[in-house]
Amino acid sequence: MSLAKKIISGDRRALARALTLIEDGDAASERLLAELHAHGGKAHLVGVTGAPGVGKSTLVNALAQSVRLRGDTVGVLAVDPTSPYSGGAVLGDRIRMRDLAGDQGIYLRSMATRGALGGLAHATAAAADVLDAAGFDRVVIETVGVGQAGVEIAANVHTTVVLMAPGSGDDVQAIKAGILEIADIMVVNKADLPGAEQTRAYLRSTLMMGQSARSVAGRPQREQADAPSPGWEVPLLTTVARVGEGVDALMQSLVVHHDYLVGSGELDNRQRQRMRAIVESRLRNRLYTRLVQQVSQQRFDALLQAIVARETDPYSAVESLMEDLD
Amino acid sequence: MSTNPIRVLIAKPGLDGHDRGAKVIVRALLDDGMEVVYTGLRQTPEMIAEAALHEDVQAVGISILSGAHNVLVPRVMTQLQDKDMSHVPVFVGGIIPDEDVAALLNLGVEAVFGPGTRTGEIVAEVRGAVERSAGGASD
Repeated sequence: MSLAKKIISGDRRALARALTLIEDGDAASERLLAELHAHGGKAHLVGVTGAPGVGKSTLVNALAQSVRLRGDTVGVLAVDPTSPYSGGAVLGDRIRMRDLAGDQGIYLRSMATRGALGGLAHATAAAADVLDAAGFDRVVIETVGVGQAGVEIAANVHTTVVLMAPGSGDDVQAIKAGILEIADIMVVNKADLPGAEQTRAYLRSTLMMGQSARSVAGRPQREQADAPSPGWEVPLLTTVARVGEGVDALMQSLVVHHDYLVGSGELDNRQRQRMRAIVESRLRNRLYTRLVQQVSQQRFDALLQAIVARETDPYSAVESLMEDLD
Repeated sequence: MSTNPIRVLIAKPGLDGHDRGAKVIVRALLDDGMEVVYTGLRQTPEMIAEAALHEDVQAVGISILSGAHNVLVPRVMTQLQDKDMSHVPVFVGGIIPDEDVAALLNLGVEAVFGPGTRTGEIVAEVRGAVERSAGGASD
């Protein structure tokens, strides 16, 4: 049986092997993904993001259990940072997801960023597609801890959950662009800690500003992949993930959002944007690889030397490299 | 050989609550450029084998300070076999009396590291075992 067929038939070891091939950029991974593509497109892709320490892993642990209580299966991808010095990584998300062990309906995989910025690994989108093809009803992606940047998750999932915790900044932080803008659902976790109500209030006023801006500006300018769509009012929820408080309400909210995406046609929109991002990034990599293959190292080094010596400049050098390609 | 990072699982089975040693090993493997999945405390042998399977690791390190190694290690080995993961080299570290070491090695444990083992030695052993098993049976 082919690896793809094994994955579709529910073989967890085949699934685990496939994710490694994809992470390692193995030559076989493209063929595998191509074979799996026709079997995908059914899963609800959910992203969970937020600053380090706000409780993302703990929330995903509770959320996955809530998914299971509904009778749905869930695949989890938990991303942790790669050390820029050694290239190694400590993948510690299983520590907080210990309740998910021993259930055939759950698959949990840790991924290191391997140099990617933006909160995900390069292989995360493809890994989510594999889990989708493997038949998981929901796929939850937990990003590395991100702050004001790191919005790549929104282009890779259908529903983005942004997690905050009390004490994570004042109202100026809350109106800064970036992570708050990508939320389909906003959650204040650790709601039992002091300051939770204040954080909630800041976020509530930020959301109201955002919503009025959206309804005034209308649709056309917000056609980017990661902008939440008009017609959806971002709910502001509170949870204490450690004890599971508020998690069922979050689960309910995810279901409502998915229904909204389907009903409004926004799901098709997001699927198309997601596929476009995948195609574009592959294309970019392939074109770059072709360039690297066609330009000799000597020529490249000579150009670099000339740039350093100020005999030419980076911009003219790139122009002349591009001419080599034609 | 590929330059992809080696993936290793470090696990704490049983009831002992001391994981400083495990964390030191996690750190040493990280500094050597490996991706280290750390399970946290109080894992059952089933949880450890499942984590090894899901994470598709190339080696498993088990840290035991409780004295229950003669019970826990065989169970981990059996669980790994049941999950078709018996090709993955298993290392044991912790307080293991000398007279128990041979029995663990007989079970198929790759190496046993007692207190005072240099982290450099552990890293080299793990790397060596992974490279040997990659050179042999691959699937």
